[in-house]
Amino acid sequence: MLCNECKKRQAKVHLTYIIDHEQTVQHLCEQCAREKGDFQFDSQPPFSIHNLLTGLMNLDAQPAAQVMGHAVKMQCENCGLTYAQFAQIGRFGCSSCYQTFADRLAPLMRRIHGSTQHVGKVPARAGGSIKLQRSIEEMREYLQSLVELEEFEQAAQVRDKIRELEACAQNGGDDHEER
Amino acid sequence: MKSAEGVGLQSSKWMSGLGPDGEIVMSSRVRLARNIQQFPVPFLAADSQLSRVTEQVLAASCLLREQMGDLNFLRMDHLEPLQRQVLVEKHLISPLLIKEPHNSAVLLRGDEAISIMVNEEDHLRIQCLLPGLQLEMALEEANCCDDLLEASLDYAYDGQWGFLTTCPTNAGTGLRASVMVHLPALVLTKQINRVLSAIAQVGLAVRGMYGEGSEVAGNLVQISNQITLGQSEDEIVKNLSGVTRQVVEQEAQARQILLNESRDRICDRVNRAFGILKHSWLMSSQEAMQLLSDVRLGVDLGLIREVPGTILKELMVLLRPACLQLEAGHALEGMERERERARLISSRLMPQEDAE
Repeated sequence: MLCNECKKRQAKVHLTYIIDHEQTVQHLCEQCAREKGDFQFDSQPPFSIHNLLTGLMNLDAQPAAQVMGHAVKMQCENCGLTYAQFAQIGRFGCSSCYQTFADRLAPLMRRIHGSTQHVGKVPARAGGSIKLQRSIEEMREYLQSLVELEEFEQAAQVRDKIRELEACAQNGGDDHEER
Repeated sequence: MKSAEGVGLQSSKWMSGLGPDGEIVMSSRVRLARNIQQFPVPFLAADSQLSRVTEQVLAASCLLREQMGDLNFLRMDHLEPLQRQVLVEKHLISPLLIKEPHNSAVLLRGDEAISIMVNEEDHLRIQCLLPGLQLEMALEEANCCDDLLEASLDYAYDGQWGFLTTCPTNAGTGLRASVMVHLPALVLTKQINRVLSAIAQVGLAVRGMYGEGSEVAGNLVQISNQITLGQSEDEIVKNLSGVTRQVVEQEAQARQILLNESRDRICDRVNRAFGILKHSWLMSSQEAMQLLSDVRLGVDLGLIREVPGTILKELMVLLRPACLQLEAGHALEGMERERERARLISSRLMPQEDAE
């Protein structure tokens, strides 16, 4: 059967309209049906996770600008995404957006994940300074246990090692010091 | 077409074997989402930026190739639309990757167990897909690829938020782990809803495979983690494995009950399905999925012995539209497609007569 509209392509969509008890049937090809716009074709459902996220973000909807009493437009310097756009599409524009929107992130993440702290994998290079930080903490605990055991000679060595690591961490230009 | 080598109907690793708990668990998948620092994410990035991402990933993949050998780089815009769709139907790439084929690509390992998508929702999606229940192994393999790539790519990462993904629902580990389970006995004994809602209550997502919306086609269900932040990769994978083992046990019990209490009925059902599949002239994919599920149950229960257990996995991919058309060598319209599907299935189920 040929499409009622273009009369060229094969009809693949068969629409039955019932308006005031009148029934009409239309046979359309995919292209014409898409143009008529009565029918959603995309395999992705029109309502996506991003719509839901938008709802979660707008729970605390009063914009920061009003709270602070002056107009501040939160916008990522790296990619240009504004907070309003982020809240609308539910996706970040680049890695810098996480810093730009940091103040708003904790409530959102808590709603999605019930948590605001990553505890998983630390990548070798990108997470170098964090790895260092974690190992300094471990060494400090070890030092404490050595002191309690009165193993002072070994404790002194561990203390020196910790100082070395701390110097390393400072030189490494750690940008996570606020955490 | 040169770059199209490797896109074919050969079985991917997840399709070709059963694997651990393979009578009920069809496949295990682990996916890691990663972005590269400073570059806008794919949906915002300019073409020039996306092609720089691709170049960087391609350069970084040298190390990967040294370690795992055979690794095919397939640019989506160098493939025919049909070939792209075949990759989707084999579960090697996502539908999103081919929506904007202009700047997207995939690195595909020879055995098709590892696929690394470039410029999907995130710059990188590292996926490992294995047969049966082996999430730990899939995580290990994906992690290994991740480490090798990170050696030369500047990942976007933060101490608090973990891997900085495009969508906040993936932040933290960027890990989505999932299993595909075949639960015909739970469906037949009408226990499926009870089991599925219990799974949903422990924070895991459940959905039907291939079905429209939530409908379960072929009695196949996918279970996956939802939370990616605040749990470690090991925890996420262990939780999902643990829950999956429970589901496997429930299904196994239901199968035993079916055998004990209604052996004749179940024998009739699976053999009837086998007969219809072998002798039909036209076959819709919906009907085929249900009948294949029945036949697979028959094989698992030892009631059908002529076909291998992997038949459901292979055929549920091969009977989909793009695979059918690639096999036929030309486009197939509605009725032709059903005819071709019926022919393919019966030839696979009666290999001694039709197969080459």
